Amino acid sequence: MSTQQPLIFSEIDEPGLNTIDVYKRRGGYGERLRKALTMPPEALVEELKASGLRGRGGAGFSMGMKASFIPKGAMDKYLVCNADESEPGTFKDRELMQKIPHLLIEGMIIAAYAAGANRAFIFIRGEYVQQADILDAAVAEAYDAGLLGENILGNNFDLSLAVHRGAGAYICGEETGLLDSLEGKRGNPRLKPPFPANQGLYQGPTLINNVETLATVPLIVEMGGAEYAKIGAEGSTGTKLISISGNVQRPGNYEIELGMSSRDIIYGLAGGPGEGREIKLWFPGGSSSPVLTKDDLDLPYDFNTLAKAGSMLGSGAIIVVDDTNSVVDVCLWLAEFYRHESCGKCTPCREGTNWTVKMLERIQSGLATPMDLDIMASVQEQIIGNCLCVLGDAMAMPVGSMVAKFRDEFEAHIEAARAANLETVGDEPAPELALLQGAVL
Amino acid sequence: MASMDVKRFSHGSRVPGWDDSVDLSKDPQEVPDPATTPVPAELRATIEAHIAKYPDRRSAAIPALAAAQELHGWCSPEAFIQVACVMRLTPAYLIAVASFYDMLDTRPLGHKRVYVCTNISCSLRGGRKLLAELSEAIGDDPDVQVRGFECLGACDIAPMASIDGVFVGPIEDGEVAELAQQVRDGADPLPAKQLLKRPSADPHANTRAPQEGTE
Repeated sequence: MSTQQPLIFSEIDEPGLNTIDVYKRRGGYGERLRKALTMPPEALVEELKASGLRGRGGAGFSMGMKASFIPKGAMDKYLVCNADESEPGTFKDRELMQKIPHLLIEGMIIAAYAAGANRAFIFIRGEYVQQADILDAAVAEAYDAGLLGENILGNNFDLSLAVHRGAGAYICGEETGLLDSLEGKRGNPRLKPPFPANQGLYQGPTLINNVETLATVPLIVEMGGAEYAKIGAEGSTGTKLISISGNVQRPGNYEIELGMSSRDIIYGLAGGPGEGREIKLWFPGGSSSPVLTKDDLDLPYDFNTLAKAGSMLGSGAIIVVDDTNSVVDVCLWLAEFYRHESCGKCTPCREGTNWTVKMLERIQSGLATPMDLDIMASVQEQIIGNCLCVLGDAMAMPVGSMVAKFRDEFEAHIEAARAANLETVGDEPAPELALLQGAVL
Repeated sequence: MASMDVKRFSHGSRVPGWDDSVDLSKDPQEVPDPATTPVPAELRATIEAHIAKYPDRRSAAIPALAAAQELHGWCSPEAFIQVACVMRLTPAYLIAVASFYDMLDTRPLGHKRVYVCTNISCSLRGGRKLLAELSEAIGDDPDVQVRGFECLGACDIAPMASIDGVFVGPIEDGEVAELAQQVRDGADPLPAKQLLKRPSADPHANTRAPQEGTE
C-alpha cells in the first residue's frame, strides 16, 4: 500500500462538504485561489506544466501543454469541463462532484484564468441527475459568494459558469462530440485538426478537461508544481482516483499514488475476486482498454508501464473478470454496448461494431467456425485508426486483445456451442473461406 | 443509436407503408407562429432561462427538450412544437436532436423511467438477470418504462438501477418485488440502498468518520 495521504479524497465524507461553508473552512477558495489569480496566467500554465499533471479523462495528455495551446489575445475563449464520464467502469468523477463540488469549481476558476477564458461550462451526463442538482446548488453558492461572475476577488477577472446536462450518449464524452452536443446538435465527433484549443465551442479556442484533472488544479497551486511532481512515478505524477468494479469484494473509488502495483490495488484495496476464484482478465483503464491477464498483475499502475504492456491507463477504471465468466460473454456485452453507442458518422465504426456483434452471436449460437475468429480480428484491424474519433477503436482494441489472448477458449466455445446446437447448425461441414467472403461461387 | 422499429420482410426489405405518418406531399413544418401556438407559461419560462445561459440559443435544445419531456411525459409532437416555438427553431431540427439521445423518448414509453445498467461491470454481478426480473415484476404498465441502459457510472453498487434519476444498488434478489412496488407507487426506492448515502470505499479517505459499507 502506498504511503501517500489522499489529496482529493481527504476526509471526503465530511458532512456538508458539498456546501461552500464547510469547503471554505477547510481552506477552499482561500489563499491558493488568491495566489493563483494574482499570478500572470503564463506563470500559472508553467506551474501546471511543471506538475506533470496528465489528463485524467482517458487520453493522458499533459494538462499544462493543453492550456498552453490556447491562443493569446482578446477573443471569446471557453473552458469546458468534461463530466460526461460515460466510459464503462468509470465512476470517480461522480463521487467527486457529489461530495466536493466546490473543488471542481475552484479548479475551473483557476484553469479559466490561466487559459484566459471568460465562459465556462460543465457538461455533465444526463443520467447523473442528483449530482447535477448538487453542482447547480454549488454553482449558485459560488455566484452568491462573488467567486463567479464579474471581477472575481477584485482581480478584474470575469467568469460565468453554467452546468449543462446531457441526455444519454456515450459519444458525448469524446471532446468534439461533446462540443457539438453543447452547441445543441447531435453529438457527432468532428474532424481534427482543428483541435478544440484553436477552434472548439462556438468556433472559439476551448480548453476541455476532465473533472478530476480540474479538481487537481487547486492542489497543484497550493503545493507548487514541482512539489506535486514528486508524488507518483516518472512520467505519471500525482495521485489518481481509480474506480474498481466487477468481480471484486470491495468495489469502489480509491485514491492511489501512480506507480503502485496493480496486484496491491486489486487484491489489497479491492479485496480481489471472491473465495476460490481467480482473475481471468482485467481491463486496466475502462472497457475500451486492451485486456490484461493474471500474468500482468505485478505491473506498476501508471501511464507509461501500461502503455508498454500493450494496454492503457485510460480513465483509471479497473474492471476485474473472474474465471467463472466466459470470455465470449464479456466480449459480446462489450461489443453490444459499442454498437448501440456508435453515432453512425464513420462507416468502419458503424458497420464494424454491428458485424462484430453479429459474429459474436454466431459464436454463441454455434454457427461459427474458428475461421470466423480471423475474420473478426481483421474487422477490428480495419476499424482502428480509420474513424474521426476513437469509439470504434475502443471496441476494436479490447475485442482484438481478447481474441488474441483467449483464442483457445473462443475455439472451445465454438466447438461446444456447435455440438450443443446441432439441430439449428446442421451437421454439414463448415463452408469454405472463399464462399463466405463471396469472392468465388 | 436507438432506431425506430421499422417493419421488415424476413429478407430484410422494408414493408411498404412503414413511413405512412410522413406525408411527402406536404411542405416541412416551419418555425411555429407564437400567435397561434399555445405554450404553457412555466415551460416557456424554463426554456427561456436555459437559453439565457448560452451565447447561442440552440445550445439550450437538450435542456429544453428535457423540460418539455418532463411536462408531457415524452417528446410528443406537441412538445416539439412548443419547444420549437420558444426557441425559434423548426420542429425537424429538434426531432433530429432528440432522436440521437437515449434519455429523450420520441415515443410514449412511460413517464416513470427505470434504467437498469447492463454494462460489463453490472453484468458480471447479475445486471442482466436484474433487468429481466424487474421487467417481469413491474409487468405491463403504460406509465413505467424499464430499460437496459448504457453504463450508468455506478459500477461500485452493481447490479444497480436508476429510478427517475435516483441510483439504487446493489439490488439483491429478494428486493426486486419491493422495488417494483415502490416504482409503481412512486415511493422512495429502496431508501437504504441509495447511492447518495454510501460512504467512500477508500479506507484512507476518511480518518474521522466511522467506516462502513466497504464490505
